[in-house]
Amino acid sequence: MSTTTTDQQTGAVDNGVDVEFLRSAREMLTAEPGGAAFRWRVTNTWVNGTHSRSTAYDFFGLGDEQRHRTTFAFDTDHPEVFASEDNGATPVELVLAGLAGCLTAGIAAIAQQRDIQLRSVTATVEGDSDVRGVLGADPDVRNGFSRIAVTYEIDADADDADIEALVAQSQKRSAVFDVVANPTNVSVQVR
Amino acid sequence: MRRAGGGRHGRNVTTLVVGAGHAGLAMSRCLSDRSIDHVILERGEVANSWRTERWDSLRLLTPNWQSRLPGHHYGGDDPDGYMTMPEVIDHLDGYADVIAAPVETGTTVTSVRAVDDGFAVSTTSGEWSCRTVVVASGACNRAVVPTCAAGLPAGVTSLTPMEYRNPDELDPGGVLVAGAGATGIQLADEIRRSGRTVTLAVGGHVRAPRIYRGRDIMWWLDVAGILGERYDQVDDLGRARRLPSFQLVGSPERTTVDVNSLRHDGVRTVGRLVGVRDGTAQFSGSLRNQCTLADLKLGRMLAAIDEWAAAQGLDDEVAPPERPAPTAVDDDPPLGLDLTSGEVRTVIWATGYQPDLAWLDLPVRDRAGRLVHDGGVTPVPGLYLMGMPFMRRRASTLIDGAADDAAHLSAHLAAYLGDELVADRGAALSGR
Repeated sequence: MSTTTTDQQTGAVDNGVDVEFLRSAREMLTAEPGGAAFRWRVTNTWVNGTHSRSTAYDFFGLGDEQRHRTTFAFDTDHPEVFASEDNGATPVELVLAGLAGCLTAGIAAIAQQRDIQLRSVTATVEGDSDVRGVLGADPDVRNGFSRIAVTYEIDADADDADIEALVAQSQKRSAVFDVVANPTNVSVQVR
Repeated sequence: MRRAGGGRHGRNVTTLVVGAGHAGLAMSRCLSDRSIDHVILERGEVANSWRTERWDSLRLLTPNWQSRLPGHHYGGDDPDGYMTMPEVIDHLDGYADVIAAPVETGTTVTSVRAVDDGFAVSTTSGEWSCRTVVVASGACNRAVVPTCAAGLPAGVTSLTPMEYRNPDELDPGGVLVAGAGATGIQLADEIRRSGRTVTLAVGGHVRAPRIYRGRDIMWWLDVAGILGERYDQVDDLGRARRLPSFQLVGSPERTTVDVNSLRHDGVRTVGRLVGVRDGTAQFSGSLRNQCTLADLKLGRMLAAIDEWAAAQGLDDEVAPPERPAPTAVDDDPPLGLDLTSGEVRTVIWATGYQPDLAWLDLPVRDRAGRLVHDGGVTPVPGLYLMGMPFMRRRASTLIDGAADDAAHLSAHLAAYLGDELVADRGAALSGR
């Protein structure tokens, strides 16, 4: 609590988010919307069985080719209950991780903007699915999630209503929330 | 006031006002007060949009006392009631008479162009030239229909709120209403009452109780200064201007219509309509968050009202604070609705309105086609706007906001004419 008091007195809320940069980026891209067109890329290579490895390195944005600091790799596989080797999280878990990662980033940014000091943020994400869909056992069952539930535990210098507003606003601005909650045209081709 | 003069290139006047609704009439009164000769060009009659583009049951969302215009107040015996459309038309007709508004009816403006000494204005009844133009033709000339409407299957009628009149004109089958602003909730409510099944697709919305602590919500917003908030004092003006209308209805019973009341009456609520694919309407999975956002926003507004009431010492005069129940949402609202099954026969697009300014041939739009203006003052010298959402104040959207906006912009316009005059005389004196 002592640091909290100091923070409030000095107004030095620091969630590690450069809000000034985000604000100026918003202004700049409003004036020059061409730079706002990003293309994200992931490369995926089959390893063996249900195991494959995805990497993310370069992407396009701000009118130019960009690079991550390093290549990030993600192994995906199926668990042993599906007679797989369990060399990584399942792809659906990676989707849930993407959703939580996006929402939590939004919470930090919006909290910074609203002068709310975060101390801890933890999300538990549960996605329900009926695997008869992916197994082709029942044509009426959807392949994907029947529902996704995200539960946040947040410790911050704010009252419950402000924390709830943070989480709600984060959903409103979240890319992955939009991806999972709304339809997207997907084209898959073979070269 | 000087009469409009004739000339080789049509008629000439100092100021042309386009549109004889509340905004154009308010401006006319302020121009008259400043002895600025002007003419109002009106495509139909006074209050044309209210006459021809509204559904039958619509009443104003603001109470009668709040339909103030420059030098004019509601004088009837029901200040807390809500005007029907015929009453709004009478109100504005009466005002046009009282202020002797110089209206040319049946005159549609087809283009406004900049010329050396002002503007050249073409209309369906001749040419005009003028020094200044006030665009008061309305913010709601066109219903916004999302592109996915093109995917509606045959057999489903697509209707905008500007075409809709009453439930009797609809097919007896089910209705999907897209959008839950004032328009969407009002239409969903009355169509449901006609016995039809109604599905309401709920996107971003602003929840508001009709009556709070015994007083009309519009009274609170007025006296607490919320409607008076200026455009240059809000954090995110773009967002404030794009905000959907309050979920309100003006009814003799002063009822609150919101997602909860509609659900109670049997309306099925689903997420925002995001697409139509293979004859199926697709709804967003964001319904719960949209309702949470609206509940939280409502809570903040009511807290601000409570805080203001306490500071004013009003707590003993009005009912105690209360909070409406949170919006109820099904655990798993449907994400799709088959539009080919015959269950839904009509889709109504209550997805917003836009001004129609195709006739304005002037550089006043940004890349996205939105009007660029600083509190109604456009980048084109001598060209002004009236009646746009949150134009100068939150109240700019309302009839009640026109008085303040017209007072300010007519002063700006008069100063502009004065500067021009000085410049002209200076040029004459220097022999140019």
